[in-house]
Amino acid sequence: MSDARLAAQFVDMRQQHEVARLGMWVFLATEVLFFGGLILVYCVYRTGYPEGFAEAARHTKIAIGAANTAILLTSSFLVAWAVSIVRLGESRFASLLLWAAALLGLIFIGLKGVEYSLEYREHLLPGFGFEFAGSQAHAVHLFFAFYLVATALHAVHIAVGIFVLAIIGWRAHQKRYSETYHSPPTVAGLYWHFVDVVWIFLFALIYLPGRSG
Amino acid sequence: MTKNRRPPRILVASWMGLLALLALTVSAAYLPLGMANTVVAMTIAAAKATIVATVFMELRERNSLTITFAAAGFFWLAIMLWLVLADYVTRPNFPPA
Repeated sequence: MSDARLAAQFVDMRQQHEVARLGMWVFLATEVLFFGGLILVYCVYRTGYPEGFAEAARHTKIAIGAANTAILLTSSFLVAWAVSIVRLGESRFASLLLWAAALLGLIFIGLKGVEYSLEYREHLLPGFGFEFAGSQAHAVHLFFAFYLVATALHAVHIAVGIFVLAIIGWRAHQKRYSETYHSPPTVAGLYWHFVDVVWIFLFALIYLPGRSG
Repeated sequence: MTKNRRPPRILVASWMGLLALLALTVSAAYLPLGMANTVVAMTIAAAKATIVATVFMELRERNSLTITFAAAGFFWLAIMLWLVLADYVTRPNFPPA
């Protein structure tokens, strides 16, 4: 029952796997509060300036936002699929799924770049020549400040995730994971799904308000 | 494709469900529901997050210890949102004119 990958402080592979997973959940709890602080500020100013936030949200690019949501949901599905088959010994095939998920992450960032450039041209990005005419200019400025900070921080998380998925994919390709040793893909998957969950909420807060008004 | 490579059916069903909820929330945003638009959008977002957490992140198969750790962040977040918003929504002079 000895495995070269079992660290000295653990009784068996199962316990080591449990600890790795629990450690990632602790990290994700801190991430909930990290993004939660931003969302709190959004809630405060949206209750303060409901019309201004609706007006601002109408200027976001909902087609790109929705496409990016579908892309992230699909990449999460691919990662969950990869993790499930690594445990059945299909490490090679799982590596293709992980790389496909990383590629979808790159497409996400590319579309985000297109979106930023459109908003830059419309003078909607605070700090980059923001200009807005009308009575709601102050609230629109606040909304887009939140938009820029929240989506940029999220994109940094996506970039880290792409890097991690690419490396885990490479190691899966080398058949370093097996039925008994699969903590790295599992834990990387938890992180990727969490970044997906953050986006689900950002999408609802940024793109959907004010569409019917 | 060998049998082991097939995606588990629950993953495919969850993925399809998530995309359907995305289509639903985008369509619902254009219906003139007033304040209910926000409620619908946040409810659907919470439903999507629940599917990702329980199926993709495997919380449904985990023990109560993992679920406690996963819930802890949201518990503290709920306290923060509750106390801060209880302050701001009841201020007579917010936002300052």
